Amino acid sequence: MKIQKRTIALCIYFGLLILPIYWMLNMSLRTNADILANFALYPADLTFVNYINIFTDPSWYMAYINALIYVFMNTAMSLAFALPAAYAFSRYKFLGDGQMFFWLLTNRMAPPAVFLLPYLQLYSTIKLMDTHIAVALAHCLFNVPLAIWILEGFMSGVPKEIDETAFIDGYSFPRFFVTIFIPLIRAGVGVTAFFCFMFSWVELLFARTLTITEAKPITATMTRTISATGLDWGLLAAAGVLTIVPGALVIWFVRNYMAKGFALGRV
Amino acid sequence: MDKWESNKAWFLVMPAFIIVAFSAFIPLMTVVNYSIQDIFGPGQSVFVGTEWFKEMLGNYRLHDALWRQFLFSGLVLLIEIPLGILIALAMPKRGWGVSACLVILALPLVIPWNVIGTIWIIFTRPDIGLFGVGINSLDLLDVPFDHTAKPLYAWITLLAMEVWHWTPLVALLAYAGLRAIPEAYFQAARIDGASSWATFYYIQLPKMRGVLTIAVLLRWMDSFLIYAEPFALTGGGPGNTTTFLSIYLVKLATMQFDLGPAAAFSLIYFVIVLLFSFAFYQALLNVGRGEKA
Repeated sequence: MKIQKRTIALCIYFGLLILPIYWMLNMSLRTNADILANFALYPADLTFVNYINIFTDPSWYMAYINALIYVFMNTAMSLAFALPAAYAFSRYKFLGDGQMFFWLLTNRMAPPAVFLLPYLQLYSTIKLMDTHIAVALAHCLFNVPLAIWILEGFMSGVPKEIDETAFIDGYSFPRFFVTIFIPLIRAGVGVTAFFCFMFSWVELLFARTLTITEAKPITATMTRTISATGLDWGLLAAAGVLTIVPGALVIWFVRNYMAKGFALGRV
Repeated sequence: MDKWESNKAWFLVMPAFIIVAFSAFIPLMTVVNYSIQDIFGPGQSVFVGTEWFKEMLGNYRLHDALWRQFLFSGLVLLIEIPLGILIALAMPKRGWGVSACLVILALPLVIPWNVIGTIWIIFTRPDIGLFGVGINSLDLLDVPFDHTAKPLYAWITLLAMEVWHWTPLVALLAYAGLRAIPEAYFQAARIDGASSWATFYYIQLPKMRGVLTIAVLLRWMDSFLIYAEPFALTGGGPGNTTTFLSIYLVKLATMQFDLGPAAAFSLIYFVIVLLFSFAFYQALLNVGRGEKA
């Protein structure tokens, strides 16, 4: 079989794509002294000491748990609020629907830096600083609009006759919505949940600003480690590798929907 | 699909509206409030009208950050869009290779943004990084490579990081566009004896127009908001040479506590983004229509 030039080019590109991640993995499996003393393409003395440090030090592993808590809270909230709203946008014409749909999009696109200062004040006023719920709420700013847009894309693919038939059969709206409609778009719900999870997981600015110690997530912990003196590269790399794991685990299930999700359900 | 007309649909939208408005309206009003007052402390403030806006519009640091931002976002588009299309064209159309490609492509997209910065610090540092050590051992550069030493190197590192991070998104979108083209088009092209360039130019490119518009706008807007990656990698330095809009705004707001100017700047920034959002909105709706027609 002749191997095409384009396949070779693609393999080179994928090599370059993997290389920086591999390098971090390599660093995470070596001790800091080893990293600074020797330049090595692969870990000669394989060690898991960095990972053991993270899993035994509460300030590290609690940071993971904090991040997971607010990410799950945010995903659940975003879905719960977005599902009925997306149904309204996909099925009904109502006063101001176009403007509303656009306004939602502007929140997905708004610079988080703009909201930074007022959030500090708002969340201090309502006594929610340094709690998981504060970050989850703040992330709703972009995740609820995102979820509405993606879900609307999936819902518009379901023929309206199904709704009409169900209502003629005497289903009430809530019963129809939960027992018939949501199962029909379960792929869409899964994809939306993934994207809410992901955008909440990768966000740094709000998560760092709204937390001090009790709810400080892993991404913020890592930036503070960078500014400290006596940087432990091995530990930092291990923490970085662990932040990739949750996303990498679920990519497989949503691989065919990645484009649709990023294009807000429009592709 | 004809939609039902009913304003009762507002009951379904209301919960989502309230929660987003809580996170969007109240803070935005606070920003407006800051932007027209000079605040000395709690309860001590003077109405200053448009003074902060005038000051920020004439501020050379803001101008510099804005031009830097346009240059950065422009370069990002120039590199990522053609590269993304090429990758999408090179990807296999069927078989197990498709899934493998999609999974590898998606990998950089699910990494937290500041970890992307960390990855690139580790990768490019002149003492421990593969790239840094590699390029310095070739001995081609006058000044040894170190992204903290020279603005040009900082820019190259940032652009490389941005391209590495987001080109897969462009490729995924372009690939989705390519897969939506019916096989009959390619059969017709083969019968006509069209070259692969002609097939690309007359069939694939026009058919990808919708998704590419989305890709361009999405990349433009997201690179316009970039914060965490340069924050982790260069911190806006050396000097101010990689201080983009968001980094400058956060510096102004949290390190100097210039609330008034920062708020005025926020609103100017917000209006710019709003204009782009509108273009993006139109593009999204047109793509939907194009496919159903």
